[in-house]
Amino acid sequence: MSKIKVVHYINQFFANIGGEEKADYPAEIRVGEAVGPGLAFNMNFKDEAEIIATIVCGDSYFNENLEKAKADILAMVKEQAPDVFIAGPAFNAGRYGVACGTIAAAVQEELGIPAVTGMYVENPGADMFKDKVYMISTKNSAAGMRAAVGKMAPLALKLAKGEAIGASCEEGYMPNGVRVNFFEKERGSKRAVNMLLKKLADKPFETEYPMPSFDKVAPNPAVKDLAHAKIALVTSGGIVPKGNPDHIESSSASHYGEYDIAGVMDLTAETYETAHGGYDPVYANEDADRVLPVDVLRDMEKEGKIGELHHLFYTTTGNGTAVASAKAFADEFSQKLKADGVDAVILTST
Amino acid sequence: MRLEMGHIYIKDIQFADESKIQDGVLYVSKEELEKKALEDEKIKGVSFDIARPGESVRITPVKDVIEPRVKVEGRGGVFPGVISKVDTVGSGKTYALKGMAVVTAGRIVGFQEGIIDMTGPGAQYTPFSQTLNLVMVCEPVDDIKQHDYEKAVRFAGFRVAAYIGELARSLTPDETKVYETCTIKEGLEKYPELPRVAYVQMLQSQGLLHDTYVYGVDAKKIVPTILSPTEIMDGAIVSGNCVSACDKNPTYVHQNNPVVHDLFEEHGKTLNFVCQIITNENVYLADKQRSSDWTAKLCKMLDLDGVIVSQEGFGNPDTDLIMNCKKIEAEGVKTVIITDEYAGRDGRSQSLADADAAADAVVTGGNANQVVILPKLDKVIGTLDYVTKIAGASEETLREDGSLEVELQVITGATNETGFNKLSAR
Repeated sequence: MSKIKVVHYINQFFANIGGEEKADYPAEIRVGEAVGPGLAFNMNFKDEAEIIATIVCGDSYFNENLEKAKADILAMVKEQAPDVFIAGPAFNAGRYGVACGTIAAAVQEELGIPAVTGMYVENPGADMFKDKVYMISTKNSAAGMRAAVGKMAPLALKLAKGEAIGASCEEGYMPNGVRVNFFEKERGSKRAVNMLLKKLADKPFETEYPMPSFDKVAPNPAVKDLAHAKIALVTSGGIVPKGNPDHIESSSASHYGEYDIAGVMDLTAETYETAHGGYDPVYANEDADRVLPVDVLRDMEKEGKIGELHHLFYTTTGNGTAVASAKAFADEFSQKLKADGVDAVILTST
Repeated sequence: MRLEMGHIYIKDIQFADESKIQDGVLYVSKEELEKKALEDEKIKGVSFDIARPGESVRITPVKDVIEPRVKVEGRGGVFPGVISKVDTVGSGKTYALKGMAVVTAGRIVGFQEGIIDMTGPGAQYTPFSQTLNLVMVCEPVDDIKQHDYEKAVRFAGFRVAAYIGELARSLTPDETKVYETCTIKEGLEKYPELPRVAYVQMLQSQGLLHDTYVYGVDAKKIVPTILSPTEIMDGAIVSGNCVSACDKNPTYVHQNNPVVHDLFEEHGKTLNFVCQIITNENVYLADKQRSSDWTAKLCKMLDLDGVIVSQEGFGNPDTDLIMNCKKIEAEGVKTVIITDEYAGRDGRSQSLADADAAADAVVTGGNANQVVILPKLDKVIGTLDYVTKIAGASEETLREDGSLEVELQVITGATNETGFNKLSAR
């Protein structure tokens, strides 16, 4: 079997060209050569992979000629057509870190070649690119080279082979916003007890889920003139025409439904039901108005309390549906509601 | 309170003419079991089957899992207020049949029952692939409402489990463990240097088939209260819910609650395990406020230093979890919370429906939206009729080769939030 082909990117310092005084060194490719840290990578790859070319570029040159350097390097990588691209590790060198992140992400996005880089968590390149490309967390100086290569090399091989990538704590990459399951050594309750003991003793502990910044939505001001307002109904309670024609899932919905209720005065057991798997469906199936109050709104329409009930309603099941999916559904149908001149929406859950 | 738990290891289950336990083998008479199950007129028929670890068997739709136990000394009996008369349990001596479980199955809601695979990739996610399972599939009378069916199956499971537990009454346990907590004053005197720790257990009580029972009382109707942690070992808390299979607590999990057991491991060594606090997860805001206020108040009144909070279910209860955590932390009591995640199939979405900076110590049971392929197995106990409808499945679930493409959500106990498993996520 032929070896996995790797192209490696390093800066002028690690290529032994020079320090700051040589930072304006333009990008060059050395085909067939492993340079500096590349030798450590080749050792680590054993016979499975080898560096077929090394690209060297000065840190100032890269950052000051960003577009040109990026284009030139992408062209070099494309020509070599490697199975995987490695940049760095950059440790705590700021401009080198940004260059590694930039070029690794670009190779992955624009050439479709998997890439891996590595740097110290406080390197400015880390926050900029850790969500875009696998980034191994390294020490803050080249003293951590062996450990960095020891994690970058196996991850690069996995990426080249298209194998499943484990969780960040297993592979050593920085958390990138993608949650990955894996099996711990101890059960959850034991981990909780250990975490509590550390917290009680004021010792450092590591949460398994850092809290995200939460998206709080301020309610709109009240509708002043209801009697002339067009009101729409939207529900996450899963009300659908009988038979669930669009097969909205009972949990973790992949889509929403849009249904016409023009002329519908009342939702009945014969015509509507719920697709939602998160609650006892008996009462919703008996009378779906309990979740989607069409009957009451028709009364209010007749009494002149509201202007009109919009003839379309939007529905999905909230049960186990990812926040990102719910947001995407709402982004889409909100535009439709706006286009249809809807003034206010009544949002019902279960 | 002091409870002696006698463990009797069951090595196999076999159907026989006479029910008995001999040399670690449970022999059960189908006729006797049927009689127990059919005591309720709402159940028309029942069939029993045995699933052993490693066998090519899929059990679905799974409702509850129960460990047979019998109270041999002390007050009360197992499942107080449900099977036995109401009496305070948790002291004396109880025997448990280890290595086995009674599994109830049957179409109830048709949405939130689970899958237990005894082999293959699904088996590594459910703790009940490791137990010898006596499965009972219950058929209800015609035209029964879901909640009546649920109740009938729930009680039938407890009757059968209690009947089997009773067979162990005169046996000698293979192993005995003693669990003992102190009164408040004793604890202060005995362990003056140790941090005072409690376990706050949130019980699923969203209603409409999302219910839990404490001494027979619907947990929706309780205000937060305290238990001796040994009470659960006698079945003080039982499941009555059809929440997504992955993170509901089957009765088996309540009986063997891992937080209780792991806190007992440290009791008297690194901490003083003061008590268990139970609270609920009602859907009304006033209830959420009252229950989280009271939970925090109890933590303060008990002079606790730290608590572990476990959740049950997801979505709506995420708000209860965060409210509890925030308010308990605000009382100066350190918290660790146990939850699971719904981060989407690609793992990129926000994992919980609520968040707060106070929740800085989180243990996760993993992302329930992760997709797994469950290969076709030789035998199905129950029915695959609802497999595209259960929570975590879709129209595309049943693939041409008979395998199932599902989210972990469908697997009973997969992302349990009492920390029953080793699955986690980062």
